Amino acid sequence: MDLDFSAAEDAFRAEARTWLAAHVPATPLPSLETEEGFAAHREWERTLFADRWSAVSWPEEYGGRGASILQWLIHEEEYYAAGAPGRVSQNGINLLAPTLFEHGTDEQRARVLPSMASGEVIWAQAWSEPESGSDLASLRSTARRTDGGWLLNGQKTWSSRAAFADRAFGLFRSDPDTARPHQGLTYLMFPLGADGVTVRPIGRLDGKPAFAELFLDDVFVPDEDVIGAPGQGWRVAMSTAGNERGLTLRSPGRFTAAAERLTALWRENADPADTALRDRVADAVVGARAYRLFTYANASRIAAGGTIGAESSLNKVFWSELDIALHETALDLLGPYGELSDEAADAPAHGGWAEGHTFSLAGPVYAGTNEIQRDIIAERLLGLPKGRR
Amino acid sequence: MRFLLDDEQREFARSLDGMLTAADTPGAVRAWAAGDTTPGRELWTRLAEAGVFALAVPERHDGLGPLPVETTVAFTELGRHAVPGPLVETVAAAALLDALGDTGATALLPQIATGKAVVSLCVPALGGPYALDADAADAVLLVEGDTVRLAEAAGPVQPSADPARRLARPLGGTVLAKGPAVTAATAHAAEVAALATAAQCLGLGRALLDRTVEYVGQRRQFGVAIGSFQAVKHRLADTLIALEFARPLLHSAALALAEGADHRSAEIAAAKVTAGEAAYAAARTALQLHGAVGYTEELDLALWIRKARPLRDAWGTPAACRARVLAS
Repeated sequence: MDLDFSAAEDAFRAEARTWLAAHVPATPLPSLETEEGFAAHREWERTLFADRWSAVSWPEEYGGRGASILQWLIHEEEYYAAGAPGRVSQNGINLLAPTLFEHGTDEQRARVLPSMASGEVIWAQAWSEPESGSDLASLRSTARRTDGGWLLNGQKTWSSRAAFADRAFGLFRSDPDTARPHQGLTYLMFPLGADGVTVRPIGRLDGKPAFAELFLDDVFVPDEDVIGAPGQGWRVAMSTAGNERGLTLRSPGRFTAAAERLTALWRENADPADTALRDRVADAVVGARAYRLFTYANASRIAAGGTIGAESSLNKVFWSELDIALHETALDLLGPYGELSDEAADAPAHGGWAEGHTFSLAGPVYAGTNEIQRDIIAERLLGLPKGRR
Repeated sequence: MRFLLDDEQREFARSLDGMLTAADTPGAVRAWAAGDTTPGRELWTRLAEAGVFALAVPERHDGLGPLPVETTVAFTELGRHAVPGPLVETVAAAALLDALGDTGATALLPQIATGKAVVSLCVPALGGPYALDADAADAVLLVEGDTVRLAEAAGPVQPSADPARRLARPLGGTVLAKGPAVTAATAHAAEVAALATAAQCLGLGRALLDRTVEYVGQRRQFGVAIGSFQAVKHRLADTLIALEFARPLLHSAALALAEGADHRSAEIAAAKVTAGEAAYAAARTALQLHGAVGYTEELDLALWIRKARPLRDAWGTPAACRARVLAS
């Protein structure tokens, strides 16, 4: 058992750190959930891509570096420690790309991945529907066969990034007459600017249009934009969901970097006699460290030929609750400035704590609510009997 | 990097688990609590034969260690079975005596390795004024300020909330060592103790979780197993999450101790507070989900429940650990 990095991994870390030191904007970009910020973040993706830092784990032919999972974790640690911008392309890179690697064709990968990595095409997700949230398999939007492709109809919602994104991916019911709801679904990609698509941005708690509703009216999708076999969409999508909850959505680097900043904030601002606040800072530091080490153990397991299944639900609950606790502690340390919006001129850290807190509040809801995750943990990891939700 | 226990370490854990499952460990715990240490000492000897104590004793004193990772593996199993006795104190005493160099008690080290010496250790500045199981120990070390003594007697047993923990004040004794070296050696011994206690907490928490999962799968109310209710499931899911995120902290802290890394104190503190809180939360969950029967001393579950809070606080309270995490 060891926690040692190889010389090559150390060199990779040094290369990433050097590049980031030279390129990370001195002043944080505007929030990526605004039109101006979205454009600035898209430009940042292009800068990353130019030196092959936007999708390090992808093969070189698609613009990556063929990085190992450990190198990916190292890059994430350096990325967030350097205070680099949030990733506007993360839905594509973390959710769609793993699906294409597992279920896509060579033609799809060659067509979709490079423009995703460069930020030229930003992807939104189109999973949830007004009547289908946690019970995603009950979704009702349809894909109907037509000459050379499919016609999409229905409504999607809570579609992250869709207010400003270029394309979307999601599940549609292609066969309405199946015995079980998760059968007869097809995984498709479609342009948000296509005829028949109406995008209605939705303001999140702070009013920024972080997601959108999509209305689809006979939207044509060619056969080449179906991923996997028609009717097999549930299985295809679940491999993505596993990735989302597992290692790739919220890397430990985000939290170790935030915990470092929290510790610095505490050292600068805190009353040493306030041990209650000190304990919460310590818990955030310990939580971030635990998450990092837990992930190294999982990475070691994968490197040894193992897989991560329902265990990814442990991750999702842990990081989403850690993220909220960490940001709540920061706001408390900021005292009267903790109330300020990230847009306030006086907001500490250019509004980073306020933005981070708002963002963290969604964590227990998206990517499978924490209630669903706890059901999965109880049933699949502890072996408890299934019951009514 | 391979941040996983190797096959040999996992097999060691399995063999200890198997041995302690086959032995009547709950019977030994109850006897120990009643003042009959015979079954507990027999168990102690078998643990020594399996190498548990030798892992904490250096080769020059006829041991196999110090091997903090393997010691952590072993103490996780000792916690899982709620094994009685000053287990933590004995391995911490070994670390103390070894670090002190030649003293009048150096001869204890090979005896610790073979299981012949059961040793308790009391450091009032770091914990309470009591030595655990002083009445059952062959030797009791007392560290006050920069002085280590071999206690000559112990006061009357002060019953603990966990009857299997018999607390007594060490009294008097001959001076074994004195001076700044004692302070450093004691700090090292306290780290060993905190890590071993954290490992016990992890095993204790897993045992409480496993027993409770089994119970709620069998117990039926309203015509179904109570384990099918979300309120029950989610509490157990949270228990598992807390324990599973304590484990890597424990292993990382053991590696830091093995390497003598500068950050070991903060790492051990992080492991101790996380495992301690997780085990205590597991005990609360176990009690709640067993219902009234979980509140009885008749069920063996009590042997684990009652140990959770003392272990959470021993060799580093949560508050002390949190302060240490931020001290560096």
